Amino acid sequence: MAKRVLVKGNEAIAMGAIAAGCRFYFGYPITPQNDIPEYMSAHLPDAGGVFIQAESEIASINMLLGAAVTGARAMTSSSSPGISLKQEGISYLCGSEVPGVIVNMSRSGPGLGGIHPSQGDYFQSTRGGGHGDYRTLVLAPSTAQENYDLTMLAFDLADKYRNPVLILGDALLGNIKEPVELKPYRKTPPVKDWALTGTAGRPQRIVKSLFLADGELTVQNWKLFKKYQSMERDVRFENYLTDDAEMIVVAFGSVARILKTSVDKLRAKGRKIGLLRPITLFPFPKAAVLAAAQQCGHLMAVELNTGQMVEDVRLAADCQAKVDFYGRPPGSIPTPDELAHEVEKAWRQGGRK
Amino acid sequence: MYFDTIIAGFGGQGVMLMGNLLAYAAMKAGRQVTYMPVYGVEMRGGTANCTVVISDKPVGSPIVQEPVSAVVLNNPSAEKFSPKVKKNGLLLVNSSLVDEKYVQARTKRILRIPSLELASEVGNPRLANMVMLGALVQVSGLVTVEQVVKCLPEALDPRYHKMIPVNSAALSRGAEFAKQS
Repeated sequence: MAKRVLVKGNEAIAMGAIAAGCRFYFGYPITPQNDIPEYMSAHLPDAGGVFIQAESEIASINMLLGAAVTGARAMTSSSSPGISLKQEGISYLCGSEVPGVIVNMSRSGPGLGGIHPSQGDYFQSTRGGGHGDYRTLVLAPSTAQENYDLTMLAFDLADKYRNPVLILGDALLGNIKEPVELKPYRKTPPVKDWALTGTAGRPQRIVKSLFLADGELTVQNWKLFKKYQSMERDVRFENYLTDDAEMIVVAFGSVARILKTSVDKLRAKGRKIGLLRPITLFPFPKAAVLAAAQQCGHLMAVELNTGQMVEDVRLAADCQAKVDFYGRPPGSIPTPDELAHEVEKAWRQGGRK
Repeated sequence: MYFDTIIAGFGGQGVMLMGNLLAYAAMKAGRQVTYMPVYGVEMRGGTANCTVVISDKPVGSPIVQEPVSAVVLNNPSAEKFSPKVKKNGLLLVNSSLVDEKYVQARTKRILRIPSLELASEVGNPRLANMVMLGALVQVSGLVTVEQVVKCLPEALDPRYHKMIPVNSAALSRGAEFAKQS
């Protein structure tokens, strides 16, 4: 068995990145993700990599683009307001089809907001966030172990699709300490026949997001669209006690792990409740949500915001189920008992007749 | 099996190390565990706390509202957390520093530990946190003192490794005190 260590969620991300071959990290400090640059600054040079504390978030994301365009595995991390600053760069990464991993250990907003956990960045993460018609793959871990595992996966998916991958955690997932099994990375990163490595002995390559010729941008946008559609193959989710469920709760990230305990408590009382946890937020597990809707006719989205993912749940459910919602804006983290109470209340009212 | 505890005191009393050590030892004993430091706008001289959850099943919430147990090392922590401990829960009070008027609990299972005096006995009053942890380990029966001692090299920064023997002695002293109480 691989080595098991007790580490912070943020450190697990940094460990997963180095294990997956990330050799370039660029970042600018912000709570609650500072353990990531701290770990990277201490360990990346030993791994033969480069750590740079840049002068700003905007510099960091552009350094990421510069490193990744040479074919290297590179990462940046920040938290909500810092991720807002990076949006221009993310749009450029998508437009020029350059892979890279961006970690958002989100805090609460809008504006400077606060440093408590929140899932208020769901829209920003899944809808693009910068300008233009683009998407980023979004992975939503819910344990320190998943922080480690999904960071490795993020680098593979980024290379596979030549697209940035966003890891969306929050203050809880960054600060929690849990045992993490340090599984070795076994994949071989793909050969990048598009990377800018110097033209000696080969024809010139161009990586760009500016397409001015007649009709060129139309072609490029349809190409990107097809790519985003093809990402459906990598959709990920977890079904927890859904087989016989009369109502299925849909939740991701930190609130999903708390809900697992709520579901256990309700099951102990004989309430047939299940949990569907999207792990990829884009692509959203539409087919799984539709199947859940058809199975029991009653879904409930629970989020640490006032209602964002619930829109995707309703779209995917395609009017086949009643979709209830419970939201908790930043301030306090709901306990398993509080959530069990809310879920049971919705369950009592019944689903689609 | 499920157990949780909130360990609270002044910043600098070593509450984070106590939580870390307990979590380490429980992990090594094959349990599922989470450790969550207090999270907010903290400052030097203010209060600090952490929550450790230990279970046979994967831990859902790393934060608890009404803990099964609490270890309070100073007055503000006693005032805040004593009433939150569950009715049949376990409350460990650092009686060297905590004024009785702040110990307002629903539970009757309260253990008062003169941690500074006991730590001084083994050679250093700064080891009061280890005395308290030794007592918690003894009363809760979650892990053994030996299991905690084995985790000291990993939980302590290498510059403090020369302190491992006195830390071990303080852990044992706390456990011994709890056993006799």
